[in-house]
Amino acid sequence: MGEFKVHRVRFFDYMPSGIRALAFNRDTERMAVARMDGSVEIFHCSDRFFQEKIIPGREQCGIEGLSWVGERLFSAGLNGGITEYDLTNQKVKYTIDAYGGPIWTITGNQQGTHLAVGCEDGTVKLFEVNEDKIQFERNLDRQKSRIVSLSWHPSGSKIAAGMMDMIQIFNVETGHSIHRMLADRGVGTSRSKECVVWSVVYLSDGTIVSGDSVGMVKLWDDQTGTLIKSHNVTKCDVLALSVSQNEDSLVAGTSEGTVVQFQFVSMVLGKDDNEWVRTRTFKNHTHDIRAVAEITTAVVSGGMDAQLVVKPLLDKIEVRSAASALRKIHFPHRRLVFCARKSGLMLFQYPGHLELWRLGESEGKGIPGSSLFVKRNPEKLLHLKVKGEDHIRCSAVSPCGEWIVYSTASSLRLYRLHCDNNNVSITKISKLPKVLSSANQLCFSSDSSHLFSASTQSSVHIVSLSQSGCKFVGTLKPKSGSHQAIHLLAASEDGEWLASANSDHEVHIYNLQTRKAHCTVPVYSSAVTAMGIHATTNCLFMMYADQQMCEYSIEQKQYTDWSRTVQRKGLHRLWMERDTPCLNVMFNPQNPSHVILHDTYMLCIIDQSLPLPDDKTQFYNQLTLKSLTEEQRKSHSHAFKVCKTFKDILCVELISDQSLVVVERPLEDVATQLPAPIKQKKFAT
Amino acid sequence: MVEQSEVRVVRCGGSKINLRPPIISTDSRFVLCASGDSVKVYSTRTEEWLHSLQGHTNQVTGITLNPANHLQVYSCSADGTVKLWDFIDGILIKTFIIGYPLFAIYVSEKHDGIVFLHIAMDTDSKNECFQLVAVHLPKSAEQEVEAKELSAVSSRISPNPSCTAFGREGQYIAFARHLQLNVYFFRKQKTYSFSLKATDKKGAKNAFTCIACHPADDCIATGHEDGKIRLWRNFIHTKEYTYSTQHWHHNAVNTVCFTPEGTNLLSGGIESVLVQWQYGAGNRKEFLPRLGGSILHVSTSSDGQLFCTSHSDNRDAVLTDLMIDPRSKALVLNGKPGHLQFYSLLRDKHLYNLDIVQQEYIYEAGLDQFEVVKAAFDIKGYWLATVEERGQKSSDLEFSLKLWAYDERTQSFVLNTTITAAHTDRIMSMCFSSSEETTMLVTTAEDGQFKAWCQGADADTQQDQNFWSCDFVGSYHNLKPTNCSFSADSSLLAVSFQEVITIWSPDTWELLTTLCQPPGVVRDLCFGQLSCSKYLIATTTRNLLCCWNLLTCALEWSTSVEVSKLQPDPLSENVAAFSYQSKHTDLFVFKPNEPRPLFTHKNVCSEKMHRAVFVPREEPLNNCDESSQWLNRSQLYFLTQNMDLLTFSTATEEDRMLSSSKRLVIDDSVAVTPFYLLLGKHRQQQQKLNTPSHPAADKPQQPQGSVTITELLHTPAHVLPAASVLCSMFVSSLLISNTGVRQDPLREMESSEQEMNSEKEEEHSEEEMEACDSQQELRAQGSVDEVTPKLSKAQERELKRVRKTDFSWMAGLIDSKP
Repeated sequence: MGEFKVHRVRFFDYMPSGIRALAFNRDTERMAVARMDGSVEIFHCSDRFFQEKIIPGREQCGIEGLSWVGERLFSAGLNGGITEYDLTNQKVKYTIDAYGGPIWTITGNQQGTHLAVGCEDGTVKLFEVNEDKIQFERNLDRQKSRIVSLSWHPSGSKIAAGMMDMIQIFNVETGHSIHRMLADRGVGTSRSKECVVWSVVYLSDGTIVSGDSVGMVKLWDDQTGTLIKSHNVTKCDVLALSVSQNEDSLVAGTSEGTVVQFQFVSMVLGKDDNEWVRTRTFKNHTHDIRAVAEITTAVVSGGMDAQLVVKPLLDKIEVRSAASALRKIHFPHRRLVFCARKSGLMLFQYPGHLELWRLGESEGKGIPGSSLFVKRNPEKLLHLKVKGEDHIRCSAVSPCGEWIVYSTASSLRLYRLHCDNNNVSITKISKLPKVLSSANQLCFSSDSSHLFSASTQSSVHIVSLSQSGCKFVGTLKPKSGSHQAIHLLAASEDGEWLASANSDHEVHIYNLQTRKAHCTVPVYSSAVTAMGIHATTNCLFMMYADQQMCEYSIEQKQYTDWSRTVQRKGLHRLWMERDTPCLNVMFNPQNPSHVILHDTYMLCIIDQSLPLPDDKTQFYNQLTLKSLTEEQRKSHSHAFKVCKTFKDILCVELISDQSLVVVERPLEDVATQLPAPIKQKKFAT
Repeated sequence: MVEQSEVRVVRCGGSKINLRPPIISTDSRFVLCASGDSVKVYSTRTEEWLHSLQGHTNQVTGITLNPANHLQVYSCSADGTVKLWDFIDGILIKTFIIGYPLFAIYVSEKHDGIVFLHIAMDTDSKNECFQLVAVHLPKSAEQEVEAKELSAVSSRISPNPSCTAFGREGQYIAFARHLQLNVYFFRKQKTYSFSLKATDKKGAKNAFTCIACHPADDCIATGHEDGKIRLWRNFIHTKEYTYSTQHWHHNAVNTVCFTPEGTNLLSGGIESVLVQWQYGAGNRKEFLPRLGGSILHVSTSSDGQLFCTSHSDNRDAVLTDLMIDPRSKALVLNGKPGHLQFYSLLRDKHLYNLDIVQQEYIYEAGLDQFEVVKAAFDIKGYWLATVEERGQKSSDLEFSLKLWAYDERTQSFVLNTTITAAHTDRIMSMCFSSSEETTMLVTTAEDGQFKAWCQGADADTQQDQNFWSCDFVGSYHNLKPTNCSFSADSSLLAVSFQEVITIWSPDTWELLTTLCQPPGVVRDLCFGQLSCSKYLIATTTRNLLCCWNLLTCALEWSTSVEVSKLQPDPLSENVAAFSYQSKHTDLFVFKPNEPRPLFTHKNVCSEKMHRAVFVPREEPLNNCDESSQWLNRSQLYFLTQNMDLLTFSTATEEDRMLSSSKRLVIDDSVAVTPFYLLLGKHRQQQQKLNTPSHPAADKPQQPQGSVTITELLHTPAHVLPAASVLCSMFVSSLLISNTGVRQDPLREMESSEQEMNSEKEEEHSEEEMEACDSQQELRAQGSVDEVTPKLSKAQERELKRVRKTDFSWMAGLIDSKP
């Protein structure tokens, strides 16, 4: 496997932002997640919940609701505006003010014709969804208190609105209220507090389900406006509700961090007198659950503890597999840490600023597994705040450590770093070419002479960098004419090739000498999560979201023999069952057959010269190998060497002095920085 | 041997009534419990034991009401039979012979004539493999029928009978074993299985412990080892089944039970808290705490008004000896944890519990808590000595000796002295001196010492408070003392030190002599009583029964017999010895002065004898029969390992027992109001008074009084005249009338009836029968219309006259006055 000196970096204080809203699109199987910092992420539910798209947020932009209308995504927030997103280019398309004060909820009808928003001033506003924009249509009867939650009847003729202390049903045609149903306040001291109906769901049979701050899930009849049944789910609030598509299951998220499932089961078998019965309780969160969504085979929940939990419903899964396991997504599936390989600098990307650190130095050698004495502590060189309100979309540092570039939704800034001994200064490159107004992904060439900036329509602009400034060289355009944004770029060591991967799962390879598209890797059904071009063989190594791996020879324009062997023999079961995607591909320059990969939980070195393991061989065989003699080892070893010493890895990078940088962000540290959860009595404490 | 049949072993209660869940009869008047080889019937209203259904020859393992007739009950037993009883009258209706040991019985309304039984799959019961079979009970008029139509339902059955339950309308049966729940649908003949994982994340065990099915919905409630209760639904799908989990119990759930309406679910466990869950309302629940023992079973009556919980205070092991309280003649043994219970043998009823440990008992599994291990009474019943200890290992052993004085005022024992470190090691035995003047307690312990304790020996203590203190410490060659015993006049104390028996004088504490008969450690030791008080009897572990003459200090006789328990009768010379050999226990009764047994009874029971005691009779029998003579003065009770309390009874005694049990049956046709009780008592007294003096003259008064009284009782209150008006008439009706002449025709009829009664009296010679008869009369005349044909013409006339006006019966009453 080889020995490495490892910089174990734990000074990246990345804090994931809490999840505020979820919206599931059944047709495209995409889950939209809105976070507290205003960012919106798109997860592909059938592709192992790979985070396909990230639309960074802005300062002061609290999203309260998300809604899909067809394939269009809308959000509304406390700033009073309704925003539509441009999902191909991963940016905000436009924002319209609803003129009703802060908006608490947004929901579109199933027909895809209208959006309804609930405003602070007590109005439900209807917006018509047009081809390219949305148009205010009218207000429903104005109420005295704010509208906290809304739900359309599947027919689109009625809307149920949850408010303070009550639920109203509106006729959409007339705009008048049909029924007013009062929700009970709590008993005792909470009597004086108003009962907030945090969530309502309107079922097609006329049942309205409400979740409120008293901790009740109540079922109402919309014909008579009466309470059918109430379930006391928790002592604190029920914040979110979601119903399955065929309306036989309902999940409620509470501020205790539990998800409670209700099922519409027949009380007497074989008869049709179904009732809503509370069945299972899932507890995977430590903090408030702000949003739940029941998708086809799982319950997705997210909350203040910033993790997205996918709890599979075993009764709806045909075949149990790794794809249907419990999944907790803590970190983004993008790189937030960049390394200047040749100068030992690290760039950390926070939403609102960048930090540049110099790695520490150690002395001497130690036995494997021991920690070395740190001669020089790591030091923070730079804290670069973003100009404007937009958050950083992507950033990069050049391998030589001389250039830093970042891009927000509206602007791109390139800095030059001067580093003489302890004095660090940067200068902004002022005259940027016009094409560099914004970038989806940024990458430097290995000799730091060029900057590649992924732009709209899957095109890549090349800018040459020099002491005097930068100069636009040309644009690379794919032959396919895809419009999707590029999320990965990889440049070859010799400066000959550039590979780009976009959200359509396309991987294009360009020849940088001729600035022409060289070839396209056959499109695979799963998204590319990481890729790298081998320094000596110029093979493109790709990792996919479903844990498959491919090696593509750029020169021969075909898969390599090793890749074909992998496809033929299949990967080991334990490898396929890992639930986080690989985020980086590196090559060991000392041993060209070594490929280094990492995901959140492990670091893996694939030795392409060794045989592949089959399902019968022991996959994690490090300990077994240690106990064997040299000769026996040969027969037992296989290509995968997994190191699980490090946990909660954000990034692993190989720097030029043959040492590894492992950036960890322990989840315990994240948990300590979260606000205190609701105090709960535990038995025997 | 012929004579022996006269003296037979009788089970007289005490055995576990908590082996199987009790059932409540449909009209909620009776509770039936399987107890030993009989089924006990208790009245829910008076809480008294009524009678037993006896007939099985082995442990009764299940009872269930006959769904076709709610006055009948099925019982199954390990003897391989199912019996059908009329439980009100205690009549065996039918016996179905199955031929295999049965372990549980289930019935459902849908399956008429079919019972479901648990039988062991293999013949050896060690391999716990059970099978659920359906048995078609043949319809035949014979008393004993062999049922041969067995069909297996499933073999995946848990040995725990509460892990099987019938579902709604008997359409399916749910049974669980280990981690698997199975539901068998009769119509589809298909089994659905659902498994749980062996352990949760936190290492909790998920194994099923009990099952209950909702009476109206398709919902199965299961209790689990880790205290969870799961409600299963939609179980006709192998995949889309669903369950909800509730968790309150912190130890295994012993029982779950739905109320008959299905609105509530009851559960219980070791916490001794009955939890009532609202069905369909999530985790809303109510508690009934401090029920005094961990709950084993819960059953509900069909009207849902009564819940019956059975607890485990009927403990698994009696640690103390059986003893007789000399005052109340009650049997004293372990009761609730940390208590001694006083148990009336005559009535098979628990009298009261005496809290010995006086500490809160924490109902949790695996806790080491104080237990009463030894207890002894002095001869007058004035002092009670108890030893409680905690800690299985000798290293962390904690124990204390307590002495209790009887308080006349409160009629109970009051703590006098607590000695926390009486010895340095576990107390092995203790006994009070048997003389009446001075009371002395001797304790022997594993630390090699025996100590004598006297009251008020310490001069420092105040006069009015006589505490106990140590008087003498004795030891012998550092050997461990095991048993101690005082002679009948307390002039000698015998203490056994392994193989050696030492004789001490309690007055001077001088070692008088040592007796030794090796090999074999002395196991039991006792002095002879009365005329045989010069003899000392000891048993050793090497199967030797020795008898020494203390005058000569020589071995009088010895015999080789394995004796497990030696018990002298305090009122006679007899000594009972129980011998356990080759899986059955034999009893020998002998007098110490002759080595020949007075009485032998082979195969008393199949289990090992645990404890035995002679209970003095209230009035001695006068049996001349040699074999039963030894039972004249006192009765021998003994407790087996299965906690069956057995005794020997003679023929005459059995008759008496039979009649006494009948007396307890109360007439339930009349509402038991205080009014009724008053009247009933009064009437009986009247009978007692009058019957011997002038039987003919007074009898006529009786029925008339009853007519008015029943009329009074049956007339609605709002149509009755004022109580002040009634009272004088009512009282006068109870007085002895001397107007017999005026009621000539009536009296004739009554006297004829009286003749009939007297005939009966001759037969039974018991006046209880009479009471029964008059009650029957009372019942007959309470519903006048039905019995009219039986009445004579004269009475009819009388009745017509009485019925003319609303209150004409009162007029009659006034007429009858002088």
